[in-house]
Amino acid sequence: MASHPQAQAAAGTARGVDEGLDRPSRLERAEPWLFIAPSLILLLAVGLYPILFTAYMSTHNWVLGMGAPTFNGLGNFVDTLSSEEFRASVGRTLLLLAITLPIELALGMALALALNAQHNKVLRTILQVALVVPIAITPAVIGLLVQLMFDNQLGIINYFLSFFGVGQVDWLGTQVLAYTTVCIAQVWEWTPFVALVLSASMATVPPEIEEAAILETDRWWPRFKRVQLPFLWPGITAALVFQTAFVVKQFGMIYAIEKGGPGTATQTAMLHIERTAFRGFDIGVAAAESILMLIVSIVLAQIYIKVFYSEAE
Amino acid sequence: MEKEGLYRTLHALGILFALVVILFPLYWMIAASFKTQDELFSIPPVWLWAPTLDGYRKAITESPILHALFNSVIVTGASVLLGLLVGAPAAYGLSRYRFGLRKHIWFWYVTNWMLVPVVILIPFYLVASKLHMINNLLVLILVYQVFVVPLIVWLMVDQFRSVPIALEEAALLDGLSRFGVFLRISLPLVKPGMAVSAILSGIFAWNNLIYAYILTPSDQARPAPTIALSYLGGYIVPWTKVMASATMICAPVIIGGIIVHKYMARGLTLGAVK
Repeated sequence: MASHPQAQAAAGTARGVDEGLDRPSRLERAEPWLFIAPSLILLLAVGLYPILFTAYMSTHNWVLGMGAPTFNGLGNFVDTLSSEEFRASVGRTLLLLAITLPIELALGMALALALNAQHNKVLRTILQVALVVPIAITPAVIGLLVQLMFDNQLGIINYFLSFFGVGQVDWLGTQVLAYTTVCIAQVWEWTPFVALVLSASMATVPPEIEEAAILETDRWWPRFKRVQLPFLWPGITAALVFQTAFVVKQFGMIYAIEKGGPGTATQTAMLHIERTAFRGFDIGVAAAESILMLIVSIVLAQIYIKVFYSEAE
Repeated sequence: MEKEGLYRTLHALGILFALVVILFPLYWMIAASFKTQDELFSIPPVWLWAPTLDGYRKAITESPILHALFNSVIVTGASVLLGLLVGAPAAYGLSRYRFGLRKHIWFWYVTNWMLVPVVILIPFYLVASKLHMINNLLVLILVYQVFVVPLIVWLMVDQFRSVPIALEEAALLDGLSRFGVFLRISLPLVKPGMAVSAILSGIFAWNNLIYAYILTPSDQARPAPTIALSYLGGYIVPWTKVMASATMICAPVIIGGIIVHKYMARGLTLGAVK
């Protein structure tokens, strides 16, 4: 990938070129749009139009196969917000965030520090490659592996735990433990991502500053806090926001474990809305629910843009 | 010096522990795919066994896994090609021109990547039903553009910025049009970055479950990830067959991931880490 100063220089000159022209002709002003138009049209069609369609549906009473949609204003939103099941499913998504984000950040930081240490070059290289596996592997397959490995009688996890005197744990049979298992799987899947992001931002600490700090103090913590941490904030924030998106969008892994069960123990907002729309065929309510989730994700995207766009410019 | 040695040992042990946690599930999946059901569920587990291809034989003969893999290749390939076709020029436009809406377009692409899938899934399902296009792979290819195009654009903007502007100016003076410069000068220079963005977006397209689950449910049309779930209905789950299928489903994305591992973090944060 491009080195940073070079990319900046290139962007700088590009600016110069365009500002160099006194008065761009109409054709010149149209030029960038000719390059951008195809992607713009495509994304308007598959990204924006469907959202407007869903927003429209959310104000209608419509169960698929039971007559035509009828307008009912904000009725679906009132129903949705007062629905115990929907609120519980949003709560499960938010709890999943609250549990997994700090753990992923802590473990990811530890892995990143290990990756950027001086020792054991070969092991570090192997680790860097291995970290890609959980990120690339199909989430539905992770769910299947969880079913296999966390089985209460025949699973390998309980076999390992038996060495520590832990009896048969019914991981997937009880509500709390099933939810815990989902948390474990989510942490396994996405901690490597946090580690890679943090490791990449650690590499942006200028070596001369680091060397100066080593001369200053040989204690690790003040050095980490004063020298490395300031360079890590963009990476930490990026990791947090992306983890949030991965949690909110998670479907395959949870669905493959137990389709949101036992009962509704692992039914997050995504699974709940999918159920409303494609099992209950209540399109109006499902549309209202997904618009509410869209608002959540727009808020998150705004945070992302606020923090990073200024950073990247 | 003694302290140094201790650090080194602890560091090595820490990494080894992490490697076991990260790689054991992968090993267990591949191992299970070469076991019999009895070997898979024996306690204590068997660590050495005569590998059998029974799981693969069953998966291939009793389920449409090969056809599903073929569907996945078509959908992923076509999604990435379409994404590159519209994304590469867009990235060039966004990196080489300054104009008023540039930032807003950028913002909007970000939002697309963060989008909760159900928001677009409902209208896609309704429209596809109406047009009798449920089980049509074209619908999947189109809907995947929601995450494929933004990913490709972001990665490639970064790439195009690294192409020396002097090179382009020289070509412009030689009489090449802007589009000619893009096609003949800049695009060949960013080929490696283009390959990386293709593989990264391909991984996401390949792994997707929810869109495929709803939009292409038939055996003829479903892509690979939905197949692994289709065995779960009965009382006895044929685990060796499931794991053989899972191994076949994951092999391409894991290999792809390893190829681009150096760019993974950068690619996924869409240039936030600079």
